[in-house]
Amino acid sequence: MSEQMTAKVDVDLAQPSILSRRNPLRYLMLLGGLAVLVLLPYWIYPPVAMDILCWGLFAISVDLLLGFTGLLSFGHAAFWGGSAYCTGLIATHWGVPFPVAVVGGAVFAMLIAWPIGYLSVRRTGIYFAMVTLAFAQMLYFIANQARDLTGGENGLQGIPRSFFGIELVEEDSFYFYYVGAAMILVGIFIAWRVVNSPFGRVLTAVRDNPARARALGYDVERFKIKAFVISAGLAGLAGGVFAISHQFASLQELMWTTSGKVVLVTVLGGIGTLWGGLVGAGVVVTLEDFLASSGFEGIGLITGSIFVLIVLLFRHGIWGTGRNVLRRYVLDRRKRARD
Amino acid sequence: MSAFLQYTLQGLAAGGFYALSALGLAVIFGVLGVVNFSHGACYMLGAVISAVLLAELHVGFWVALVVVPILMFGFGVLMERLLVRWLLALDPLYNFLLTFGLTLILVEAVKQKYGVSGLPYEVPAGLGGQVSIGSVNLSVYAIFACLFSVVVCVAVGLLLTKTRIGMIVRASTEAPERTRALGINVGRWVTPVFGFGIALAGLAGVLAAPTRAITAEMGSNFIIILFAVVVIGGLGSILGAVVAGFLVGLVEAYGIAYAPTYAQIVIFVLMALVVLVRPSGLFGREEVA
Repeated sequence: MSEQMTAKVDVDLAQPSILSRRNPLRYLMLLGGLAVLVLLPYWIYPPVAMDILCWGLFAISVDLLLGFTGLLSFGHAAFWGGSAYCTGLIATHWGVPFPVAVVGGAVFAMLIAWPIGYLSVRRTGIYFAMVTLAFAQMLYFIANQARDLTGGENGLQGIPRSFFGIELVEEDSFYFYYVGAAMILVGIFIAWRVVNSPFGRVLTAVRDNPARARALGYDVERFKIKAFVISAGLAGLAGGVFAISHQFASLQELMWTTSGKVVLVTVLGGIGTLWGGLVGAGVVVTLEDFLASSGFEGIGLITGSIFVLIVLLFRHGIWGTGRNVLRRYVLDRRKRARD
Repeated sequence: MSAFLQYTLQGLAAGGFYALSALGLAVIFGVLGVVNFSHGACYMLGAVISAVLLAELHVGFWVALVVVPILMFGFGVLMERLLVRWLLALDPLYNFLLTFGLTLILVEAVKQKYGVSGLPYEVPAGLGGQVSIGSVNLSVYAIFACLFSVVVCVAVGLLLTKTRIGMIVRASTEAPERTRALGINVGRWVTPVFGFGIALAGLAGVLAAPTRAITAEMGSNFIIILFAVVVIGGLGSILGAVVAGFLVGLVEAYGIAYAPTYAQIVIFVLMALVVLVRPSGLFGREEVA
């Protein structure tokens, strides 16, 4: 079985959409999504809403690799957490406006992603997951050792939230949410652009048939490294906003459980759907918030069980299932119209 | 010099835990194509079960050394029959995720039941104390653990190379398609092999119980180092898993002794070097891209 290491995912990944480019349903969904984005902090506690968006972009960055390039990174905590620390340090020591600090964190994430990606793409399939996991753990140890810089087990506390002269610290982070959401939106837009570009098409080709892509003259490893670095940048953007939102960066952000959690969010949303990440994040973050506030202690039991159940029974994820239902409906209607 | 010998022994003892577990991981991967993320959790379960056996039933180390692997074998069989089996036909990443979820459940369950502080366990009678060879003092238990894991690894090696069952398992590991073409039902070996691999992880847990802190989290770091071990050794290779296990144990021990700040990082640097120079691992075959 070791000879069949190239992806044999049973989910129909990232097919061209069934809806035509001008279909009003597309615009309706986009408008609906934006409306939800704007109204979210009215419905739920704004910091929780911010968490949903951060984890959503984080999951989208993982999906960019898993769904569109066919690489399961199990070490994305390195970029999320690495950026959280870097953003925190920049904001604390240089006193720059926090969006600048977040961009700095994202750039840092891309800088560490390059060597990790360079080494990791030398292995494919499940090995890639193991190698990325190991490198992320290495970064965790480094952060734990560099106590002077990272605060060790105490983490980096009291990260300032200066926003071009204003200290954006409020009781419920209501206004902060909109600034953070705008930054996350930029990240989502970048991911969407990448996926729907000629570059993104090559990534899909690499995923589906690396040998063929190579035969067509594409340097498969280079494309994988580029995708890895872009994905790390998006994860870094999300991690930076997350750190500013919590005004805190801790070792938890670098732990392998964080890498696992984001894969859970991605799979729950639907692999290869891009938008699914946001839905998955909505479910997971709300659930965790609910469990934490109800005093339930064994969160691992719940997340672990969800993981097992999704992988066994619900591999298309929420968005993927919805998309399949829509596809079946549209095809059915077209067929009936033809008859 | 005496210090160096001591570190070497400690490294070989720790390497024994890695080698035993990596062996289980490699055999499971070979026959099922599954990377078992819960291997670290199974190692933890092995240690926890022996501690509970001692505390509740006063069952000692020697009995645990036999009973725990049998229990873990049963656990592995259940796991394969109930969960892993359904995803075997799919991409290996699904079983990787499934066993990851299982790891979260097992770790949290143990944490809720037995708390976060370590469970007590003593070095079994007769293996305590130190033995002096010239000017060097060596822990008797470390020598035992090291020898025991070597013996088990050799026994498993003989089982795999000298018996018919071993031949079938090896053939299924290295060339499943060809084995099938020769008329051997590879699928029949799936459940017992999975159980066997889990039993090896449990055995490593029992061996580790007297010397390591027995907590729910003890397998968390372990599994990641185990992944480094199999990446270094080459996951397809049984010899590679064992050799890399001892190698990583040694590197870790010397790291802790001579460069404590970088001890845990050294292993990953070693892995990075192997991936850079020989991507398929020290003993691995070239992988089909």
